[in-house]
Amino acid sequence: MHVDGERGVRAHYREFQAWLKSQSVDTIAARRAEADLIFHRVGITFAVHGDDQGTERLIPFDVIPRIIPAAEWKTLDAGLRQRVKALNLFLHDIYHEQRIIAAGVIPPEQVFCNPQYRPEMQGVDVPGDTYSHVAGIDVVRADGGEFYVLEDNLRVPSGVSYMLENRRMMMRLFPELFALNRVAPVAHYPDLLLENLRSVAPAGVRDPAVVVMTPGMYNAAYFEHAFLAQNMGVELVEGKDLFVDDEQVFMRTTRGPRRVDVIYRRIDDDFLDPLAFRADSNLGVPGLLAVCRAGRVTLANAIGTGVADDKSIYPYVPDMIKFYLSEEPLLQNVPTWQCRRKDHLDHVLACLQELVVKEVHGAGGYGMLVGPAASTAEIDAFRARLRAKPENYVAQPTLALSACPTFVESGIAPRHIDLRPFVLSGKSITIVRGGLTRVALRENSLVVNSSQGGGTKDTWVLE
Amino acid sequence: MLSRTADHLFWMARYTERAENTARMLDVSLQTSLLPQSEASVELLWRGILGICELQSQYDARFQRLAAEPVMAFMATDPSNPSSIYSCLLAARENARAVRGKLTTEVWETTNSTWLELRGQIASAGRNPSRFFEWVKHRAHLARGVLVGTMLRDEALHFSRLGTFLERADNTARILDVRYHALADRGAPDTDVRQEGEHGDHMDFYHWAAVLRSVSAFEIYRKVYSDAITPARVAELLILRPDMPRSLLSCMNEVVANLDKVRNDHSGETERRAGQLRADLGYGRIDGILQGGLHAYLTNFLQRVNDLGDRISRDFLVPFATV
Repeated sequence: MHVDGERGVRAHYREFQAWLKSQSVDTIAARRAEADLIFHRVGITFAVHGDDQGTERLIPFDVIPRIIPAAEWKTLDAGLRQRVKALNLFLHDIYHEQRIIAAGVIPPEQVFCNPQYRPEMQGVDVPGDTYSHVAGIDVVRADGGEFYVLEDNLRVPSGVSYMLENRRMMMRLFPELFALNRVAPVAHYPDLLLENLRSVAPAGVRDPAVVVMTPGMYNAAYFEHAFLAQNMGVELVEGKDLFVDDEQVFMRTTRGPRRVDVIYRRIDDDFLDPLAFRADSNLGVPGLLAVCRAGRVTLANAIGTGVADDKSIYPYVPDMIKFYLSEEPLLQNVPTWQCRRKDHLDHVLACLQELVVKEVHGAGGYGMLVGPAASTAEIDAFRARLRAKPENYVAQPTLALSACPTFVESGIAPRHIDLRPFVLSGKSITIVRGGLTRVALRENSLVVNSSQGGGTKDTWVLE
Repeated sequence: MLSRTADHLFWMARYTERAENTARMLDVSLQTSLLPQSEASVELLWRGILGICELQSQYDARFQRLAAEPVMAFMATDPSNPSSIYSCLLAARENARAVRGKLTTEVWETTNSTWLELRGQIASAGRNPSRFFEWVKHRAHLARGVLVGTMLRDEALHFSRLGTFLERADNTARILDVRYHALADRGAPDTDVRQEGEHGDHMDFYHWAAVLRSVSAFEIYRKVYSDAITPARVAELLILRPDMPRSLLSCMNEVVANLDKVRNDHSGETERRAGQLRADLGYGRIDGILQGGLHAYLTNFLQRVNDLGDRISRDFLVPFATV
């Protein structure tokens, strides 16, 4: 029942709706409680910033799935491939010839003044010219049925473990539903990820050793790091488990040092190597950048991918697609006003109550203004911040997002959702048919981030 | 396996074992304290408990009175005491969480559930401590059983087992040391304890029975000796019997066996020392040990176990050398 404006329940939800009607609210509530219990016991939890005591919480899981019909997925899939391909070409170009800047498509200051641009990577070749091996592209489906890209996450996108665990949970709670609907499976994602990571090992390495690198168990996404390492059957390492010797990375094991070839790192560039980036980082590995530059270890994702997923670069992605692929973009960008431009800023200041304003380098739903939901005082405060530092902000219209029936306190009601599919790039591009659906649990809210009261749903792509 | 992973597994098992042994010790002490006896000897009993864990000074700094209630609270549920059952179970769970990917789902969920249930258990621990101790023992049995029953026979299991048996060897030696000290000085070690006691009222029998029960050895004693309880036989059972699952020899047999399975290029000396300790126990005689003084013997044993723990850390778990 994606509720499409006034048109009501869409066809591909009918089967599910009939089933739902046959279930009592109490049954659903009982299943939901069961899900919470299992998630707690399994320890599928996340940490919340600024919360000292309850360091582990559950992300609310909604037992009503989000359903995507096969045809719709097909369009989305093609659009995602096109977009990620162009983004990887852009990254390679930026760190090599910089043709797109020479051609005047993107202003140079947008790239070189960006703190996410890493001069250390200039001229460095990475295996297969792939920079963003794992991309999480946030999309929303608008009223008219077309998908818009909200954000490209090309650094260390998280959430894929929820895609997998939510499915496992649904199959456990409602096995009968999977007999009624032909839902594309997602459980093979870890195998695809491992295959993808092995395919980008440094040249000449036979049987590459892959590891997952985590900042440690107090990181918000630690569960996911452990989950992926376990499901790929590879070691989960912290910085202190690795060391560099003779232009090679090794891990310390009970039987002595073992060489490491591919590091799927879930740790930001800044903390990777105290010799190259933040010297106060004790999460990284001294000398790692040098080995990477010498091509003797592959980092996935590569260093410096942040320059392509920044909100200030985002408006140029459709131009990149045209520039590198000579194709028309299949997925739309949300119209974006760049406040650094005088004419855009004026427009934004005039229409603040209708817009969503975001920090250029922000993430996680922090530090943003949702105009339609904000008070006059909040808008005034934000206006002052905009005037003081316009280059720090971009603004977008609030979309009429599609909504999905969701179990809330008052019963079952529509709530806004987005979708993060995961795109794997290596020798080729692979996308599992599914993704992480996040849902804004507060009524009328458009913010789906788990740190801001969002929940998750299982995502069904129908065959 | 990563050294850090092995380290977490080793300590996960040690803390689980320690929580169990602390629960055993407290449970038996609580029951012993209910026997008719002078106030001074009850105080001595609690002093002994704190002595086993080397926590006297920390306790004295915080509490005025030496009595069942504060000692129980301090040792069982106090989060600020790093050796309390609470702290041990937390540490076991945090170590497991750090390596959950190396554990089977069952092992992780067992450890995590123990931690999640602990809050509720603590709420009722004051009212019914024995039931709380039962629960702790039960969870430790479960944790060990699920580890042995579900884990692949690889290093992850071997390092966990090393932790379990090193800790158990340590704990059994401490319990024996403190209790033997308090009891055996009253008479010759080879006399029937029922004939001794402060008032000739068989009280010592109950004290020795408590020691045996604290290591699940009361029934075993009956079965093995079918005879009166003497301090010398209690010591023999807990030190030298290879078939008594919590005896020092039995623990060392397991340590040696597991060490052998994880050996690396640096661990030769550690293996030699473990083997020597095992041999000393294997060929030891209880009269010889008692002649030299049990306390001295156990002190030496604890030092050697401690040394083995340090060496295992250095050889496998926290290697200093980078290459």
